[in-house]
Amino acid sequence: MAEVTLHKLNKKFDTTHVVKDVDLQIRDKEFMVFVGPSGCGKTTTLRMIAGLEAITTGEIRIGNTVVNEVPPMDRDIAMVFQNYALYPHMSVASNMAFGLKMRKFEKSEIEQRIKRAAAILGIEQLLHRKPRQLSGGQRQRVALGRAIVRDPAVFLFDEPLSNLDAKLRVQMRVELKKLHERLAVTSVYVTHDQVEAMTLGDRVVVMKDGVVQQVGEPLELYNTPANRFVAGFIGSPAMNFAEVTLAENGGHPVAEAPGLRIALPDALAARARAKVGRKATLGIRPEDIHLAGAADAADHCFEANVEVVEQLGSEILLDTRVGPATVVASVDPMVKVRTHDKLKLALNPARLHLFDAETEAAI
Amino acid sequence: MAVTALGSTEVVRPSVRRRRLEDERWLALVLLMPTAILLGLFIAYPFFEGVMLSLSSARVGDPGEFVWFKNFVKLWHDSIFWTAVWNTFWYTAVTTVFKLGLGLWLALLLNRHFRGKAIVRAFVLLPFIIPTVLSTFAWKWMFDPTFSVINWSLFKLGLISARINWLGDADLAMTSIMIVNIWRGVPFFAISLLAGLQTISPELNEAAAIDGARPWNRFWYVTWPLLLPVTMVVMLFSVIQTFADFQLVYVMTGGGPANATHLFATYAYQIGIVSGLLSEGAAVSLAMFPFLFVIVVAQLLYIRRVEVR
Repeated sequence: MAEVTLHKLNKKFDTTHVVKDVDLQIRDKEFMVFVGPSGCGKTTTLRMIAGLEAITTGEIRIGNTVVNEVPPMDRDIAMVFQNYALYPHMSVASNMAFGLKMRKFEKSEIEQRIKRAAAILGIEQLLHRKPRQLSGGQRQRVALGRAIVRDPAVFLFDEPLSNLDAKLRVQMRVELKKLHERLAVTSVYVTHDQVEAMTLGDRVVVMKDGVVQQVGEPLELYNTPANRFVAGFIGSPAMNFAEVTLAENGGHPVAEAPGLRIALPDALAARARAKVGRKATLGIRPEDIHLAGAADAADHCFEANVEVVEQLGSEILLDTRVGPATVVASVDPMVKVRTHDKLKLALNPARLHLFDAETEAAI
Repeated sequence: MAVTALGSTEVVRPSVRRRRLEDERWLALVLLMPTAILLGLFIAYPFFEGVMLSLSSARVGDPGEFVWFKNFVKLWHDSIFWTAVWNTFWYTAVTTVFKLGLGLWLALLLNRHFRGKAIVRAFVLLPFIIPTVLSTFAWKWMFDPTFSVINWSLFKLGLISARINWLGDADLAMTSIMIVNIWRGVPFFAISLLAGLQTISPELNEAAAIDGARPWNRFWYVTWPLLLPVTMVVMLFSVIQTFADFQLVYVMTGGGPANATHLFATYAYQIGIVSGLLSEGAAVSLAMFPFLFVIVVAQLLYIRRVEVR
């Protein structure tokens, strides 16, 4: 069992700087998810941990060993690839046995381990088949099996579910989570899907342009995003943003935009007071907006024109126009709303987010 | 509605010819006809004529008569013919081994990333692109005992003190010819195998590296088995071409010294065209057929087995 430590990690390909000064401590037995848009450097970081990509500067430690110069085979890791990377000419059993065979395990030991892994993954009846005779989900299981039999210190996953159809992906996500609970091995998981990141990760690293934006537990990222990028990336449907000017109304800080004047709650107001007169970005998640009722204070309400109504069954998403901005609200499914309706919406002031217009950092 | 509509459309019946073509067997026959005619005219007929020629006593200016297997019996007792048979097998076997080995090595090198990769790949093809007769002439001069750049180099390096008569000695002549054939054939292997290597996902090698396979094991357990179908096809082509090679020997030695370097093709030419004994030349050519047939069938069967895996 092992911790993985990244220290001032950098990667450059010729002139492009794809990973910039990444510092990260992945704890023993932790499930750490790297998430970000494509090209953000998450996969490159994973490949550096695996030893498939040379480190430009910085240091990677697995356990207590600096592994910068250690070849992949001696890092005690196992990796699950996006395209499974199963050896097409070998049976499922041989695929799983390969790593053990290369490490000169006893034949009986190999058989025993394959049996155990196959039982865990429910692929006992597939052992004699070739990869091309398997469905996507089955191949994924075999790829997992190949990693499990090795009993490594660290599991690395490179977007392992992205080639599966939506339904299977949800199912495998749950199985991966169970598997991690059962095996309790340090895992590093790369994905571009924020739902996967939120559901699987003990902690999540959000990356953009090679830079770590925020590291934290899923709800921490959701509730207190460190900057506008994280706020917009985590959560579905995405957070609403409005460009506002910070002003004072009767001594209390407010956020103003055409058609909108929102009184800031006390905690936010205290931090915003110093920036009065400056521009900022106001953020509110669709699920923190509701139809205005008697209990809502007037300065947390605004007028909205409904442009699109999306019935999801468990909720209704309203795409509305507020002044020049578009605001998405998630409202109670029992409400009757139609396109072109004029509504009064209210937001939950405790759930407001405010970001600096220039640095985009949370205020 | 639909029923009445159906009932009223019985009038126009397609013509007989039309209906024939609706039948897949007839259609297949019609579509295959052009190919069958071409193959028959340019392959089956000449082959049949060749067989008939080899069973006759024709020579230049004399149509001859049917003599059954007389020409083959004569060949059976012809020591030069047996030298040519042995030469052809030896030549094919040795050059194929070297072409495969060097071609594979080159392909593996070219499959790596380095600066100027595209240019090097293009250059590798050069021996294959230059017309064989021209490049072979150049080699012939290089092997010349007096003016030879090879002898000159070896001499200057102090490795030899007397001239080596490359093409004048039976064994050396055969070796020289093989060297030229290998030089010319390696690019074909290299480029074809490189194309095969590029279809193998790099992820497989990465997975194997993480699985603990050292470079040699990665090649032996992952790359080589996946490359095998391509390798077998390339070998098949190469063996057929080498077995029936003509121009290289013809230009370099003309079958000499003292008929020591004859292959099937050059010996057939020597007898059939140079000596004018058409029927005996045809018999030599035709003698190549059963050998080649066995080799090709064996290889095709093996390829099928490899591909089914």
